[in-house]
Amino acid sequence: MTTNRLARNALLVTSAALMLLTLYMVFIWVPTEKNLGISQRIFYFHVAQAWVGFFAFFWVVVGSVGYLWKRSQACDRLAYSSAEIGMLFTTLMLVTGVTWAKPAWGVWWTWDPKLTTSLILWLIYAAYLMLRAYSPPGDQGSRFAAVLGIVGFVDVPIIYLSVVWWRTVHPPLVVGPAATGALEPSMRTVLMVATIAFTFLFAYLLLERLSLRRSEEETDRARVSVEYAVPERRAMEGT
Amino acid sequence: MTGFWSVVATMMWKDVLTELRAKEVVTAVLTFAILTLVILNFAVNKETRFTPVVAPGVLWVSITFAGVLGLTRSFALEKDRGNLEGLLLTPTGRDALFAGKMLGGLAFMLAAEAVLLPFFAVLFDVSPFQPVLLLVILLATVGFVAIGTLFSAIAVNTRSREIMLPMLFLPIVVPVVIGAVAASGGVLEGRPWGEIAKWVQLLAVFDLLALVFCAFAFEHVIQE
Repeated sequence: MTTNRLARNALLVTSAALMLLTLYMVFIWVPTEKNLGISQRIFYFHVAQAWVGFFAFFWVVVGSVGYLWKRSQACDRLAYSSAEIGMLFTTLMLVTGVTWAKPAWGVWWTWDPKLTTSLILWLIYAAYLMLRAYSPPGDQGSRFAAVLGIVGFVDVPIIYLSVVWWRTVHPPLVVGPAATGALEPSMRTVLMVATIAFTFLFAYLLLERLSLRRSEEETDRARVSVEYAVPERRAMEGT
Repeated sequence: MTGFWSVVATMMWKDVLTELRAKEVVTAVLTFAILTLVILNFAVNKETRFTPVVAPGVLWVSITFAGVLGLTRSFALEKDRGNLEGLLLTPTGRDALFAGKMLGGLAFMLAAEAVLLPFFAVLFDVSPFQPVLLLVILLATVGFVAIGTLFSAIAVNTRSREIMLPMLFLPIVVPVVIGAVAASGGVLEGRPWGEIAKWVQLLAVFDLLALVFCAFAFEHVIQE
């Protein structure tokens, strides 16, 4: 309990400090990109959020496989909590991506493989959270979610491949500085710091959500036992 | 092994018999698919309507959405009449139950598509009765039905199941839709096999993965 609290506080302080450092580096320290101008600074947040989003969905799969294999409640909590946080960061990634696409490409959206796959991934995990909300409580709902968590993850490379093939009929896109492959050293440093900062934030949010989920489960159990106990006692007391 | 196939055949026969008497699924799927063809006909530009560019997209949107409708029914009947509990009490493998339900669903979808295709040919002025296109339709339908049967078994146990199935099903079958549309477009435009082959392979690989994974996952979905 106390070690958990301690770990969460340490993560909170670390990610806050790293976030401040990221903000300083992105907005003050790093030079402005020559062609894209100021809008290129979204890149550091966008890529870091994308990384955390995919990282979170990776933990959903780990939790899902673990749950189907061992039926352990801890695995289920990991999958559910990770999916929520992954959803948050994937949403942020799509929003920052669309915001950056307008000044960089002149359009909000293109059906390029990366964009399309990200959007479908987002839809799959939106369905995952809906399934969690609509499923019966307990083991059955967890099993359903675990199956979807694994199908979704296995499906993503196939979706990517099919969209790549689909798009080859059209001219390839010129995608920002990342397309050239070589990133200016100072920019690479900022990107690394931003990615580490967001990963720490993810770890903090995950631990916080896991602990909250444990409390929710305890509350549920307590409520169930009260709901069963009170009528029984009233019946015994004859009121 | 004979035990497995006799269970599969019995399951399938049960569904076919129910369908022959009630005529619920195939009629609903077919009517909905034709309605979608008609509505999409108004949605696309008048000049491009009859070209092979638009037609495959229209065909697959129609089959995909009608398929969702049919697959919702697949387990709704089992659930509503308490049949599922009965099936689970029988000493049969879950994979046999899955194969039976899947083949039943496949038969219904193919029956509906067999009637839909002439409508499609007439309304969109294309000739869809070509061996490669029929192969594409078969492969895509197998993929739809494998994924759909698994998710139908999940969705039927949730609240608001009519909403849940399309939410689960549609994002996962995106590769099938892309492969089917691209392959059908290639066939209708008269492209050589070399250009269509990779899409057919994509569909075949998807089917294989879907069948193996869904049969395995079905065991975890259906258990009390």
